[in-house]
Formats: sequence, C-alpha cells, structure tokens
Amino acid sequence: MKALTDDDYVLSADERPLGALYSRNARAVIERGARVIRSQNWIILVSGFFEPVFYLLSMGVGLGRLVGAVDGPGGAPISYAAYIAPALLAVSAMNGAIYDSTWNIFFKMHFGKLYQSMLYTSLGPFDIAVGEIALALFRGFLYALGFTGVMGIMGLITTPWALLLVPTSVMVAFGFASFGMAITSYMKTFQQMDIITFVMLPMFLFSATFYPLSVYPAPIQWIVEAFPLWHGVELMRQISIGAFSPATLVHLAYYLVMIVVGLAFTTRRLRALFLR
Amino acid sequence: MAGVRAMRRRVISARDLVKTYGDFNAVDGISFDVPAGESFGLLGPNGAGKSTTMRMIGGVTQRTSGHLDIMGLDPEHQGPEVRAHLGVVPQQDNLDEELRVRDNLIVYGRYFGLPRAYLEQRADELLEFAQLEDKAKARVDSLSGGMKRRLTIARSLINEPKILLLDEPTTGLDPQARHVLWDRLFRLKEQGVTLVLTTHYMDEAEQLCDRLIVVDKGKIMAEGSPTALIREHSSREVLEVRFGADRNAAVVPRLDGVGERLEALPDRILVYTDDGEGSLEQIRNRGLHPVTSLVRRASLEDVFLRLTGRSLVD
Amino acid sequence: MTEVRSERLHAHAPEVSAARARRWGSFYFMEHMLRGMRAYLVTIVVTSVGNPLLYLFSMGVGLATIVDRSQSTHFEGIGYLAFAAPALLVSSAVMTCANEMMFPVMDGFKWRRVYYGPHVTPLVPGQLALGHVMAVSVRLLVQCTVFFLIMLAFGAALSPMAWLLVPVGVLAGMAFGTPLMAYAASIQKENFQFSMIQRFVIMPLFLFSGTFYPLETMPAAMQWIGWISPLWHGNQLGRLVSIGASEPAWLVVVHIAYLAVLVVLGIVLARRSYTKRMDA
Repeated sequence: MKALTDDDYVLSADERPLGALYSRNARAVIERGARVIRSQNWIILVSGFFEPVFYLLSMGVGLGRLVGAVDGPGGAPISYAAYIAPALLAVSAMNGAIYDSTWNIFFKMHFGKLYQSMLYTSLGPFDIAVGEIALALFRGFLYALGFTGVMGIMGLITTPWALLLVPTSVMVAFGFASFGMAITSYMKTFQQMDIITFVMLPMFLFSATFYPLSVYPAPIQWIVEAFPLWHGVELMRQISIGAFSPATLVHLAYYLVMIVVGLAFTTRRLRALFLR
Repeated sequence: MAGVRAMRRRVISARDLVKTYGDFNAVDGISFDVPAGESFGLLGPNGAGKSTTMRMIGGVTQRTSGHLDIMGLDPEHQGPEVRAHLGVVPQQDNLDEELRVRDNLIVYGRYFGLPRAYLEQRADELLEFAQLEDKAKARVDSLSGGMKRRLTIARSLINEPKILLLDEPTTGLDPQARHVLWDRLFRLKEQGVTLVLTTHYMDEAEQLCDRLIVVDKGKIMAEGSPTALIREHSSREVLEVRFGADRNAAVVPRLDGVGERLEALPDRILVYTDDGEGSLEQIRNRGLHPVTSLVRRASLEDVFLRLTGRSLVD
Repeated sequence: MTEVRSERLHAHAPEVSAARARRWGSFYFMEHMLRGMRAYLVTIVVTSVGNPLLYLFSMGVGLATIVDRSQSTHFEGIGYLAFAAPALLVSSAVMTCANEMMFPVMDGFKWRRVYYGPHVTPLVPGQLALGHVMAVSVRLLVQCTVFFLIMLAFGAALSPMAWLLVPVGVLAGMAFGTPLMAYAASIQKENFQFSMIQRFVIMPLFLFSGTFYPLETMPAAMQWIGWISPLWHGNQLGRLVSIGASEPAWLVVVHIAYLAVLVVLGIVLARRSYTKRMDA
C-alpha cells in the first residue's frame, strides 16, 4: 500500500438532503439481515406465523362451534372463523411491526451494540431505519401470505378480493412500524418499554377482533375507533369478503396518513434514537 | 519537531467541545488539533470524557456545543462522508454475534458500500493480519477475548481508513497480545495513517503516541509529547517506599529534604528524584527502614498524579 | 477510631453463618430476588391490576355478548363471564410464572450472573433454585389475590369456596414453571429457545386447554393437549372452586395429584440442574 500524503486528507461535502443521516445504503442493512436469517434455523423465521393460526384454530374453530354465525361487514351472516380470521391477520401485522420497530431496535441499541458498530461506518441512522423497516415488512409479508393460505385451506376465502389481504397487511404493518421507531426514541429503560405493552394489549383486546364494536357503549366505541388497530381490523374484514363501503376509504386514508406522519416523526427523532 | 508538524495538514481540529448528559459535563471544553500522520493520544482515567470525545469525532453522538472539523467536514452534518474515511475500534467489542468471523468483516465492509470482490480479498488479508485465518468460519462467541479484539481491529481496517480511532485498544489483553497489536499499529503509522487513541495505560501512551493530551473530568490538564510531559511534570526517577499502612503519614515529615518533591499516598510514599538509589541511601541514613522500596523511571502516571492529585488507575 | 470500637458490631462466627445458611439459605435468596423485583414494581402492579380488568372486560363481558346469545348450556348453565373468569386467572398465573422461570433464570447464570454472588457465600445452588421458586410464588400469590378481588368486583366468583382460586392459581403456575426452570437452567446459550417455548408451548396451552370453552368442544384428536397441560387441570380445579362446576371426585384427585407431582418433580430437577451447573 502506498503511504498516505496530505492530499489524501481532503474531503468535500455532499449537500444532499438528509446527507448527515443517510448514505443511500440501506441495502447493506438488509443484506446483513438476510445473512443472519440464512444462518438461523428456519423454524425461527417462520415461528411468528403460527400465533395467529393457533388463535384461528382455537377461537375460530373451537369457540366458533358454540357461537355459530355472526353478522359480517355487509350484514350477511358469516362463520365465526371467517369473522375473526382477517382481524387476527391485522393484529398479527401490528404485533410483528411493533415488536420489530420497538423491542428489537431497543435491544440492538442498548445490549446487542449492533447499531454502534453500524453507525461507525458510513451508514447513517436513516439507512438503518429504512433497512430495519424493510426487513420487518418482508417478514410481515411472508406471514400474511402464509396466513391467507391457511384461510384458503380452511375454506374461509370466498372472493378474489381476499388476495388483497396480503398487501393490506403489509400496509398495516408499515403504519405501526413507522411510528414504533419514533416512540422507541423516547425510551431509556426496560421499565419504560413496558409502557408499549400496556398500550398494545388493550388495543388488541378491545379493537373488535373477537366480537363487534356494538357491544360497547357509544363513548367507548368512539375511543376504539380513534385507535389504528380498529381501522386495520375493519378494513381487513371488509376485504376478506369483498364488502366495501365509504368507510373503506376512511380506513385506507387513516393508514396512509399514519405512514406519512410516522415516517416524518421517525426521521425527526433519528438523532435522538441513534446518536445519543 | 514543531516545525515539521506545522507543515502537515491538520486533519482533526476540535474547538471547545462540550457534551452534557443531564447536568453532568462528560466533556467540558476540549480543544486540540491533530496533523496528518500523527499518532495522538488521550490519556486519562475512566470517565474522563475520552470515549465521548471519540464518539463526537465519529459523529455518532451529538455534541452540546463546540466546533469540530474532520478533514474539512463537520461529522455531525456529513457523518457518512467523514466516517467513510475512519476506522473505529470501540472500547467494548461490538462484533456481530449473529454472524461468523469472516462474515463480520464482509458485512461491515458492505456498510461502506464496498464491492463484494474487493471485500472477499480484503477479508482474507485482514484475517491474516489478525492471525485468525483458521477461525474464518467460527462463531464470534467462540473466540477468546484477545481474538475478538484482533477481529475488531481487523474490521476497523476493512475500508483502508485514513484515520484510525482506537478506544482503549489493548485493555484486557495479555502482554504478548499487546505487543503484537502495537507492532501492527506501528506499521499502519508508517503507511501514513493517522492514529487517535485513548488509553489509561502509561506504557501504551509512551510507546505509541507522538503527542498526547491528559484529560480529567472532561478538561485538558496538559498537552505535549510523553517525554516532554514527564520532563515538565516529574523528575527522572521515582523512589517508592512503604513503611506499612499506619506509618506512612507519620514518616513523611522525617523525609523532608529528600529528593525534589514528596507525594504521600495512603499505601506508599513517592520520592521524585534524579537519583533514586542515592535518595534511598539518604533515607536509610536517617535511621528509617522502609518495608519495601523500588526505584523506577518516571512515567505518565506520575504526571497525572502531579496534575490532578489522584492516581490514574484506581 | 479507638473510642468507637466499643460500640462497633461484629459479624458472628463463621460457624454460625454456616449453620444459619444451611437452615435459612433459601429464604435469604428469596429476599434477594424479591428486592430485585422492586425495580419492576410498577410493571408488576400495573399488570397485576390491569390484566384482570382487561381480560375480564374483553374476553369475559365483551365476548359474552355473542356467546351467551346462542347457547349457554355448554357453560355449566351460567354466564360466559363466570365460566371464563377462573380460567383467565389460572392462565395469567401460568404465564407470569413461565416468564419468571425463563429469562430471569438465564440472567442468573449468564447475563448479569446474579446467582454467582451468593454462590461464593455459604449458600448452595439448590437453595438458590428453591429461593427463586419461593420468590416467584410470593409474586403469584399477590397477583392471584388481586385477580380474585377484581373477579369479585365483576361478580364473576359464584361459589363461597371461590377464594381457593388463589392457591389453585399458584399451584398451576408452579406446575408449569418449575419444570421449565429446570430446563432453563440446563441450557448454555439462549438461541431463541425461550421464544420457541413461548410460541409453541405456552401460547398453544393457553388456547387449547379449555380456557375459553370446555375441552370437549375441541375435536377429539386435539383433546390430549388438555390432558397433559397443567393449565387444563388448573382450569378445571378453578371452575370447581369458583362456580361449583360438576367434576367427578376421582378426576379432582387426578388434577391435584398431577399438578403437585409436576411441582415436586420440577423442583427436584431444578435443584439438580442448578447444582450440576454451578458446582461442576
């Protein structure tokens, strides 16, 4: 190697937007993830797929025998399993995305020290955020594909519209993931991270996954309707049987706004999240 | 000496760096310059602010105030451009435990956007450099501490950096491994690589650094070459005498006039002198018989003690 | 210095330490663990109060509106809330116990190495295992009591014997927890085993152990899951004491015996793995 001279020590600035935070190399982060996945046991990759399936078997088939038919989105009666299946997919998209964008990030940041080493290269925080979200969405996509397949096998799919469950599930995941990172940037301890669980669990239990919203008194209904999961559940449910209404657009718009606002929020919080 | 340095371009220029965590000033107004090709050290105890300063140079922590110029750029605003030319060895190894040894090098190189063909070649070179050729396919968690350290250093060289930041590079290594590592660092220096290292080992600073700053509580206490600092703040030799835990303090007045200066520590008395053996003789002549005595060359430890009144390693 | 000496306290003789440690060592370590839980006190309190409220309200009251509408004959002739509530209590005890027996055990051996501090005192590894079990039992006792009180507020505990749900919850939790503890102590490196257990053992047990509907509702080919599941045995006992569910006497004996055997076996195995790992 030729010895360095003074002239080697001159750099010129790059004035791209986000230049301080982004080196257009999120691909390297994705590659790293892919390498890890390949070296892992495949069962770890696919394990997340089983949770909604177990729920579907237990509640849909087991409890479904006792519940019988319920009113679907269009008003026509559908089986209990067909009623909860799309909702479970929405819940699973949310859980996966939130886990990947909060606990996973928090853990790698504070204990795995992975990001410390990444940040000492020419990668910026934005590369890492984009890479991690892309990996999370890819996994979400695989699970959604698998779950929709299970729905097909169980005879719960009656319309081609149901194929849209897969991309919609990815959209729902994107909405939650884009917010999750920004929220993680405020967290400093494990105890604070538990707050996320405290918010997620009620959202899961109350968002009309297992029974219609109408069982609640009106004020509680309004609260539930304000939360994102309910919109995801309703949207997926409508798609699963191809029964759309003007509300479909509201649900879609809710997620588009959530993604845009969440990404802007996360981008603003990148320094706080990664550059402490 | 100074003239030669002035001719080289400044590659790092720090002015009044401050980093505050809550109401704690980790770094409290540090300024220094590093010319190209120099080996520059930050010496100080744990918690002095050395690592935080290093993190600011890499642009991976936001400074509270102050100016920083790395090869003409501010790492906070052009982080990716600056870090593309840096190699960083953090204090604690942060290898990717989920990847194997060689993959650690390759994946890390991809973070610089380096092409695969180059990385394949470079990874093998570096495995040889780190004497880890036969561990290429091993899991990271199966490596010994010294191997992990060498792998971390090899990894920092993947992008052929111009500035190498080493945070406590040899902490936790056995003496032989340290010497191997120092040898590698000398070679890099010969190639014109600028080294910036933190250490709390005096011998390391004396071996590796052309120039260093002594840092304590976020502030610079002194600056200069190791020999100049020792000359300025210490004597040529140091005589260490012990009289037993409860007698040291009582003996001090009776040593008045021995050597240039005395420093009474709880466990021993240091006598700064140009002639250690002579001073010991003097003490014996006064009818005092230390339990143990040791004559050694003065070191940066003595400089630090002089500047802060505290030991460097506690 | 010399003046103070007369008032200065001294450690008792080493023989006394050894004798006391032999006798009370498990309790000393239990105290250590319980003090450690204080860091998570807020989380523990919030989940102990929040989970019963959330689950009873959503899975009990909410789900009841569509279940009771059709056929309540499957649910012992009572409302769905009263049917589900005891099982939800037992499930929450089992899940809490499972969590306390996975990562904290690994933490003790590997991450923060909490066990290795006491290991160089007169305490022996078997006492650490037992102390850990006792500390978690205390937590379960508190959690089950809170859950039971909230059940009372919901009017979901019908029988005067319903307070027995508290010991039933602790017993079922430990029946699942102690064998898991023995396993956790035996693994050297955490390679996702815990998340696999979470996903492929704990979650299916929660869903297929007659928690939300009687086991007989499930296809016959799947009912074996309940028979081996400590959760099902706990659920059945829970319903027995809480709503006076009809259960043949021999089966009640089986429930209690099965759970008790698991707890004892788990503790024996756990003590063995702790000793093997730390004294080897």
